[in-house]
Amino acid sequence: MALLTIKNLTVSFDTSTGPFMAVKGIDLAIEKREVLAIVGESGSGKSVAMLAVMGLLPNTATVTADVMEFEGINLLTQTPSQRREIIGRDIAMIFQEPIASLNPCFSVGFQLMETLRQHTSLSASERETRAVELLTLVGIPDPKARLNAYPHQMSGGQCQRVMIAIAISCNPKLLIADEPTTALDVTIQKQILDLLMRLQAEHGMGLIMITHDMGVVAETADRVIVQYKGQKMEEADVLTLFENPASNYTRALLSALPENAVGDRLPTVADFMAKQNAEAMQ
Amino acid sequence: MSEIVLETRNVTRDYHAGGGLFSKAKTIRALKGIDLTLEKGKTLAIVGESGCGKSTLARILTLIDAPTSGELLIDGQKVDIAKDGLTRDMRQKVQIIFQNPYGSLNPRQKIGDVLGEPLLLNTKLSANERRDRAMQMLVKVGLGPEHYNRYPHMLSGGQRQRIAIARALMLNPSLLVLDEPVSALDLSVQAQILNLLKDLQDEFNLTYVFISHDLSVVKYFADDVMVMYFGEVVEYGSRETVFANPQHSYTKTLFAATPNASVDAIKARLARKRAAA
Ligand SMILES: Nc1ncnc2c1ncn2[C@@H]1O[C@H](COP(=O)(O)OP(=O)(O)OP(=O)(O)O)[C@@H](O)[C@H]1O
Ligand SMILES: Nc1ncnc2c1ncn2[C@@H]1O[C@H](COP(=O)(O)OP(=O)(O)OP(=O)(O)O)[C@@H](O)[C@H]1O
Ligand SMILES: [Mg+2]
Ligand SMILES: [Mg+2]
Repeated sequence: MALLTIKNLTVSFDTSTGPFMAVKGIDLAIEKREVLAIVGESGSGKSVAMLAVMGLLPNTATVTADVMEFEGINLLTQTPSQRREIIGRDIAMIFQEPIASLNPCFSVGFQLMETLRQHTSLSASERETRAVELLTLVGIPDPKARLNAYPHQMSGGQCQRVMIAIAISCNPKLLIADEPTTALDVTIQKQILDLLMRLQAEHGMGLIMITHDMGVVAETADRVIVQYKGQKMEEADVLTLFENPASNYTRALLSALPENAVGDRLPTVADFMAKQNAEAMQ
Repeated sequence: MSEIVLETRNVTRDYHAGGGLFSKAKTIRALKGIDLTLEKGKTLAIVGESGCGKSTLARILTLIDAPTSGELLIDGQKVDIAKDGLTRDMRQKVQIIFQNPYGSLNPRQKIGDVLGEPLLLNTKLSANERRDRAMQMLVKVGLGPEHYNRYPHMLSGGQRQRIAIARALMLNPSLLVLDEPVSALDLSVQAQILNLLKDLQDEFNLTYVFISHDLSVVKYFADDVMVMYFGEVVEYGSRETVFANPQHSYTKTLFAATPNASVDAIKARLARKRAAA
């Protein structure tokens, strides 16, 4: 059985200028032990689609889907309290903007231990030990002292890693990581990716990785979904995606890598398309 | 001789972490004596380990925080905000794009007002002119009129990041400090923003301090590169020298850790994974 199955997911927002369709019929499935990367245009509905799974969209959003199942449980018909049981324990999410998703009023140690209190049966002292262990795993120096730190006393990348520690604290079956390494230098990034890969191999965790970083995709993903304007442009195994991308959008996106600068200019998707059209005209 | 826009001399910054339930209070020296000089119209990229003090330095360079000790010179003038406060002229000249766009945008302010406000406070433009400027800027960063009336939470992460960039550019600063400005952008929007920044630099001779963890972006964008490690500068030189001939072991580790997106590397990884299964 697939871990998560989504068919024909749509999300629409009420806005002052009428409804806006952010997700226009996305299908997605992920198995245990699998790493699925989602890449694509900024604003194409990657985060919104995953927030819909988590049940965390504001009430201006309307979500529909033919199927949205986690381990065979229909998420669409669950009560909020049933969903809360699953969310946080079985499905955890690393949010795109770590500082915004940590509570500024509580120390990071408190926030970690509170998650453990809600979802595990560990005692208070076991929770503290586990919290220190988690901060060590994500490479925070002097982890015991850092339990006292408030989010504003941590660097951007340190907050991001606290967020990661909270998300993995209860060994989720499915981890949704939304741009989990944007604030990390490549050495720490490597450490974090290795950690996620280890959890995936050892506990059979499924991992959905939203990222703009093609290097991260290349180093982690089994399968890749490419999204553009609320739609799926392409789905392929990782090797095919890099070797022989099917969609024009994917090819255009890859052409914008900084390595491909022409003189002082970087090609954009629009440049790629224009060039292609010009060639077709000839 | 070329004009030096930015200079720091032995700048340090201490934080006092309060202590609490789990430990005693102590002082963290986040910057341990930073020296840098930057010429007008050039880009200095700063890279380094997460937590090494890059954002701390960015706040000092943009006059938000005062250094614990050391000197900061802008356009050759010593600036000491702890003593002299901050002039309006300085505030306009030096702008920052924060690492965390969400935290730096007022949640109750519409995007149009976010972009119009700096003009309202610092120029005599009419409401219509301000609106036009804001609309033009939205388009330049790859957004559109439909975003003008939205609130920050109604945007995607990358769209918010672009609003932060747009806001900083509204005042035509001459020195811009960008803290991970393209980390949330897809490759195409990243290209568009980097092209825009290059154009502005060419046209107005802007000076950039560009903090980034993406070495391929740094290699494309920077003139000089500075590598920081635990509050210290461990490597500093022209882009060519730093990339061709890194001296410090951390710089070498950094370059070696860059993910490899080549087809061969993917094949090798998949083979390892199959073997382990
Ligand atoms: N509350 C909201 N009201 C109206 N539109 C919204 C709201 N939240 C998000 N959107 C819009 O939905 C679209 C999808 O947003 P989403 O955050 O999923 O993008 P994304 O693919 O994650 O982009 P990024 O890579 O920039 O993070 C965007 O165009 C965004 O402006
Ligand atoms: N207000 C504060 N109080 C105490 N310590 C702080 C405070 N702000 C930052 N620090 C500490 O100072 C160090 C440098 O932080 P800074 O934010 O400058 O790092 P950075 O290089 O920008 O990291 P990142 O790449 O993760 O954003 C970190 O160890 C951080 O925990
Ligand atoms: Mg997003
Ligand atoms: Mg920082």
